[in-house]
Amino acid sequence: MATATEFRTCPNTGLKVDLAAERLIKANAVVAIVFLAIGGLFGILVAFTRWPAVHLLPADWFYLALTAHGLDVLLVWIIFFEIAVLYFASAVLLNSRLAAPKFAWAGFVLMVVGALITNVAVLQGDSSVMFTSYVPMRAAPNFYLGLILFAVGALIGCFVFFGTLVVAKAEKTYEGSIPLVTFGAMTAAIIAVFTIVSGAIILIPTWLWSYGLIPDIDPVIYKLIWWGMGHSSQQINVSAHVAIWYAIAALVFGAKPLSEKVSRMAFLMYILFLQIASAHHMLVEPGLSSEWKIFNTSYAMYLAVLGSMVHGMTVPGSIEAAQRKNGYDRGLFEWLRKAPWGNPAFSGMFLSLLMFGFLGGISGVVMGVEQINLIMHNTLYVPGHFHATVVAGTTLAFMAITYVLVPLIFRRELILKGWARLQPYVFGIGVAGNSLFMMGAGTLGVSRRHWDISFADASLPFDYPAAAFLMMGLNGISAILAMLGGLMFVIVVVGSVFFGRKLGADEKVSLGEVAGSGRAVASYGSSDTIKIPGTAVLVAIFFIAFVLYYFVNWKYLSEIWPMS
Amino acid sequence: MALTPPSERIWWKEPIAKIELTWILIAFCWGLIMFFMMIYWHGAGEQNLSNETYRIKPEVFAERAQAMIDEYTVREEEGFPVVRPPPGSDVYLIARLWMWWPILELEKDQSYRLHLSSLDWQHGFSLQPVNINVQVHPGYDLVMTIKPDVAGEYGVVCNEYCGLGHHNMVGKIYVVE
Repeated sequence: MATATEFRTCPNTGLKVDLAAERLIKANAVVAIVFLAIGGLFGILVAFTRWPAVHLLPADWFYLALTAHGLDVLLVWIIFFEIAVLYFASAVLLNSRLAAPKFAWAGFVLMVVGALITNVAVLQGDSSVMFTSYVPMRAAPNFYLGLILFAVGALIGCFVFFGTLVVAKAEKTYEGSIPLVTFGAMTAAIIAVFTIVSGAIILIPTWLWSYGLIPDIDPVIYKLIWWGMGHSSQQINVSAHVAIWYAIAALVFGAKPLSEKVSRMAFLMYILFLQIASAHHMLVEPGLSSEWKIFNTSYAMYLAVLGSMVHGMTVPGSIEAAQRKNGYDRGLFEWLRKAPWGNPAFSGMFLSLLMFGFLGGISGVVMGVEQINLIMHNTLYVPGHFHATVVAGTTLAFMAITYVLVPLIFRRELILKGWARLQPYVFGIGVAGNSLFMMGAGTLGVSRRHWDISFADASLPFDYPAAAFLMMGLNGISAILAMLGGLMFVIVVVGSVFFGRKLGADEKVSLGEVAGSGRAVASYGSSDTIKIPGTAVLVAIFFIAFVLYYFVNWKYLSEIWPMS
Repeated sequence: MALTPPSERIWWKEPIAKIELTWILIAFCWGLIMFFMMIYWHGAGEQNLSNETYRIKPEVFAERAQAMIDEYTVREEEGFPVVRPPPGSDVYLIARLWMWWPILELEKDQSYRLHLSSLDWQHGFSLQPVNINVQVHPGYDLVMTIKPDVAGEYGVVCNEYCGLGHHNMVGKIYVVE
């Protein structure tokens, strides 16, 4: 088998690139971006409907669009892209052939077919059950069937990744331990296996139930296991996008992890503790004890949060150390001021880091406090939080790495470089607005997944405060920005892939715009040479914001009706 | 680089920089504080969700609610009975497609044992403007002791999607002096 594999040599790195792996990376990334565009379109319809002054769609179409939006962006776009990342982090980074490319294609086909089946089921109109499809509400059987096929396909992708790790080790394509980025991808793949198994445990019975073959499914158990899939899949995203942060820091700055040990331990925390986060969705459910909720919602005393807080220092820290090494050593922040803010790979990555930490991370931990969840559960605060993690965090990081993958893997030069330069800012600011204004509306009590917050046809009158309507309007305006940013991304990337100048076989790609990047930095980094005062200040600001916001919410909680 | 195997083969023996170690310790301690804060609030705080839950058949829950409605209805409003049960008693609020039934009238600073359950799909009890949000499941009777401490008119919005009439599902609770 090994002899039949065709390779090209990457002019930038000298690594052998398995052409089969390259084709698979391309296919998965392209399909991912197609679904990002579709899901994004549904998203804009949702945002415009929730903008009270616009109120675009009728109710049935709104709930349909909302179901499709969650499905296509939260699941399909992200998982397709993650499969591309897995193949890149294994075959390409390890200088190896991809294990079993035929199986990888079979997985790809299953995922495409599954995504299409579920999308068709949703568009037919009798499966507007939201992405979460809580029983006893029932979708058409094909809704569940498509998800199951998609999951099986993704599982095959994970095993091709594991297989490639084994092949690379056996064929000695690299020396020593796997790179940190591959380690991060492996973390994602391990969590993915857990995620998909949880999904199978709950979706297969639910599919049979939708045919009437199983009499009923307990709604609390359904939710518990479903979120074993639903929340864990967000932890795949976190692992994958943190790995991408490290990858971009390395590509653009030649940055080296401050400490391999610390960064790998932080990934390990994800594997060990993230899966129990199903509890985040169960904090105000009947039938579960407070002891269970407290242990699980805190990831066993916040150990997975610890992992993220560690990455929050080590990623910017490694950039700072590299920049100081490259000569930007003045003051606290010269390294950051002189960073290549016009390079979309860097700006996208750094915005992703900031917004994931400050908006998504803090709000997630606060919302995940057992008691504080009482004042946030199922309000718009929840989508506010996860648009910061999944869109500003994961999606923006994926967009950022795409700007690197286009020249490296697709071998095309980017077109519309000016657009590319602006894109992370337009998208990032838009999504930050979505996130903040939804959280604001949620704090004012506004329900998520709700067609009409003016309650015009309700049986009894009720009014949310006027400020809530303002928030929803601002959210709509932010959504326009995010839509433009998304559109710019799709146009630049799809345009480059089809019409960008083809790069010659020996043509090196310039990735960093920083003098001296990519060289030399690999030799420092031992404990006594690290000087990262700027990162220390950033981390201190983050920590103060975190502590203050945490206790402010306890104060809010203490003001509601006493209950026990 | 993070894209290549670690340059020191025995990377796990490299020392950790002081600044990283400091941050790990701070973050770890902060995690412990947050963890014990939840436990502390169960003792010292007044806002904790009850752990008292029973399995119940929807028809049984409906019967119990009806018994309360028959006994304590004081008036009618828009076709909804307004029920004023005595302080300390068991109070039932039915969630169903697409209404909260009945309207409750409670006395300020008095405790009630509020029972929440759904007769059909999942619903979300979202009491506004205080912003108390609790999930309501069919087959589960969640019993929470509440003590309204501000008089006024409260809306009960459904904040779990429950089909096409979801956004019309609004109930009401009065808190009177």
